[in-house]
Amino acid sequence: MGLTCESCGRGVLKKKFNLKCGEEYVIALAGNPNVGKSTVFNELTGLRQHTGNWPGKTVVNARGNYDYKNMKFLLMDLPGTYSLLANSVEEQVARDFICFGKPHATVVVVDATCLERNLNLVLQVMELTDNVVVCVNLIDEAERKGIFIDIRELESELGVPVVATVARDGKGLEELKRRIFNVAVGIQTPSSRKMKYSERVEEAIREIEPKIDKLLKGKLDARWVALRLIDGDKTIVDAIHEHVYYEKAIEIDGRR
Amino acid sequence: MLLSDIKKGMKVKVVSLKSTGLSRRRMMDLGLIPDAEIEVIRKSPLGDPTAYGIKGAQIALRIEEASQIEVEKVERKERE
Amino acid sequence: MNNDNVKELEDLVELSEAVQSMHEDGLRDNIVKDIYETAEYITKKVVTKKSQRKADIHKKVDDILTSRILGYPIMILLLGIVFWLTITGANYPSQMLASFFFWFETKLTSLFMYMGSPEWLHGILVLGIYRTLAWVISVMLPPMAIFFPLFTLLEDLGYLPRVAFNLDKLFKAAGAHGKQSLTMSMGFGCNAAGVIACRIIESPRERLIATITNNFVPCNGRFPTLIALSTIFVGGLVTSRYSTLAATSFVTLLVIFGIIITLVVSWILSKTILKGVPSSFTLELPPYRKPRIGRILYTSLIDRTIFVLGRAIVVAAPAGLVIWILANVMIGDMSILNHLAALLDPLARTIGLDGFILMAFVIGLPANEIVVPIMIMSYMSKGTMLELESLAQMKELFIANGWTFVTALNVMLFSLLHFPCGTTLWTIRKETGSFKWTLLSALLPTAIALAVCFIVAQGARLLGLV
Repeated sequence: MGLTCESCGRGVLKKKFNLKCGEEYVIALAGNPNVGKSTVFNELTGLRQHTGNWPGKTVVNARGNYDYKNMKFLLMDLPGTYSLLANSVEEQVARDFICFGKPHATVVVVDATCLERNLNLVLQVMELTDNVVVCVNLIDEAERKGIFIDIRELESELGVPVVATVARDGKGLEELKRRIFNVAVGIQTPSSRKMKYSERVEEAIREIEPKIDKLLKGKLDARWVALRLIDGDKTIVDAIHEHVYYEKAIEIDGRR
Repeated sequence: MLLSDIKKGMKVKVVSLKSTGLSRRRMMDLGLIPDAEIEVIRKSPLGDPTAYGIKGAQIALRIEEASQIEVEKVERKERE
Repeated sequence: MNNDNVKELEDLVELSEAVQSMHEDGLRDNIVKDIYETAEYITKKVVTKKSQRKADIHKKVDDILTSRILGYPIMILLLGIVFWLTITGANYPSQMLASFFFWFETKLTSLFMYMGSPEWLHGILVLGIYRTLAWVISVMLPPMAIFFPLFTLLEDLGYLPRVAFNLDKLFKAAGAHGKQSLTMSMGFGCNAAGVIACRIIESPRERLIATITNNFVPCNGRFPTLIALSTIFVGGLVTSRYSTLAATSFVTLLVIFGIIITLVVSWILSKTILKGVPSSFTLELPPYRKPRIGRILYTSLIDRTIFVLGRAIVVAAPAGLVIWILANVMIGDMSILNHLAALLDPLARTIGLDGFILMAFVIGLPANEIVVPIMIMSYMSKGTMLELESLAQMKELFIANGWTFVTALNVMLFSLLHFPCGTTLWTIRKETGSFKWTLLSALLPTAIALAVCFIVAQGARLLGLV
């Protein structure tokens, strides 16, 4: 079930982010800026939160705790970003946490009033992990604007749990906690929709994916790394070096 | 036509981005990709920056950024 | 993963670059476009739009708040209203707190006498530490408890991005970043918080400009000084009915002056040691949101008020101790405090202050909120702060020590412009990681404060106002 650091490679998390992860489920909270992400964070964790900095980065990091069904959850509030393509320090922080931190589940908060631009981020997160829960927030504001979202349809399109919320009024948050629980514990294993790119991109992926796979030996999703390299992302090599290498060091430590 | 030349209240469509590198990526992340619709919503009191409606959000760009975006007309928006 | 593997990975980067260059307009654009197209496809499937019945009250509000004619006046008016509510509302609770603390002090003194403790112990603990703390809390807590929630309300409503939108062109002209106005807003609460907020500016050049100039926005440690002095010396110029209004307007003017100085200094920096073109700027203007009162009170009172007050107390307690010692240890026939003041007096006089005032600013380095208490303490022959239950008594004390309207004006200007407090400097050191920039952040404002006060003082002298 992956309750300890060692069993699921969360040693990185523990070391890099100073988390005590014994009996806790680690949940990442992602989302565009101005979608009410911090409201969701505050409503879930209440007063049990504290802030600090991301290691080595001048980006604020907030984390908080909540309990559900006698289980402890640690919620990491990632910086609000439009994408995960590492165009800024915030995006790098968010990407690295989801990618190398391997949280038990990642919640992406989206704004119901402009779903399309928010799905951009959801699709990118789903390239990194299957364990995604989408929280469609501000659903009341959207309805006032005459925008209605078919939540069930969205769920089947994305292949991950989708919950409608009005975080400010606390609406839908119980359901959100339930779905997070299901994904984190492993009751539900989402099969998230994978991006299919245009042929030129797919061709390029096919060219380098096997080589990457040989190199990383399944530690990271080779297709995703291939995409980042094609994307011209220079930070990914450093990040892999730092995090994957670091994790190795911890394993050796553990054996001693 | 450049986005910076478009009058308030007009709707246009992105043709291409002239910027490169990081700023190009940022623009694209905001939803400024070819064929995306943009509405010129308002200008700031001093005439710059300008707020644009891009995929449901209101985003302000300075003239320097807006002039990097090649656009074409879609329709004239009727004003109330 | 060993170093050979890293090498291999680097080879892969080269490979991917080769792949990229094969496709002329770059695969990267394709990737982003594909993702957006998928998002659009899904959106079309799941979203239905009904009757756009123009629930766009947001647009109407924006039309007013960012209007060419009304945009700026409304900004200034809102700033004024916040100050007015703070000044008016803080008055009464401040006095209540003060009388409570001084009542408690007499009890403390009796207790010390009862236990037969030595005079110096009572002096240090009660007259030094306790009194400074009592002053800091009674003067700072009420304005903060009003100012922070009001400010958080504006923040929560979504007004601040509009301020950045309105002001951006000025900042661009100054070679600075549009988000600098947001970091300045934070500075109203606490400059250290403002400096930390500069992280939202990505370009290092513009972040430094914002960091160095943040101090020109008066923080909550300085507001009480500005408010008290304007109430006494500006409010006193008109009939009592209009005195609050006059004081408010004057504080607002001072703040606007601080903003102008910010822009000028930013411009000078961006033309000299921090040369460069403004980096790209995008700002989202989110829809206005219904404020959450509970959350506002919580963030503003717990996170901000208590935090800033706590910091002030931590600094004020040892400062009270030091001041008491300086004022009570005699060298020859004068206390150390008097010696220092005499030393600073000639310089202070040329900029329209006096030795005690300038020294108060110097000793007040750890926290701006103790500057006025030090001045008061210095003027008292006994060497401790006297019980001052009303501003009128404070005015009498100042005038008895040679203050004029010009002195008060110079004190306010010096307070607005001088070096940042110790906490802020420490924060700048931490954020920039550079001693050099920290030093500049202290010297530059000080030089400006000296220059401005010099001009005002000498100007007043020439015009025969003093």
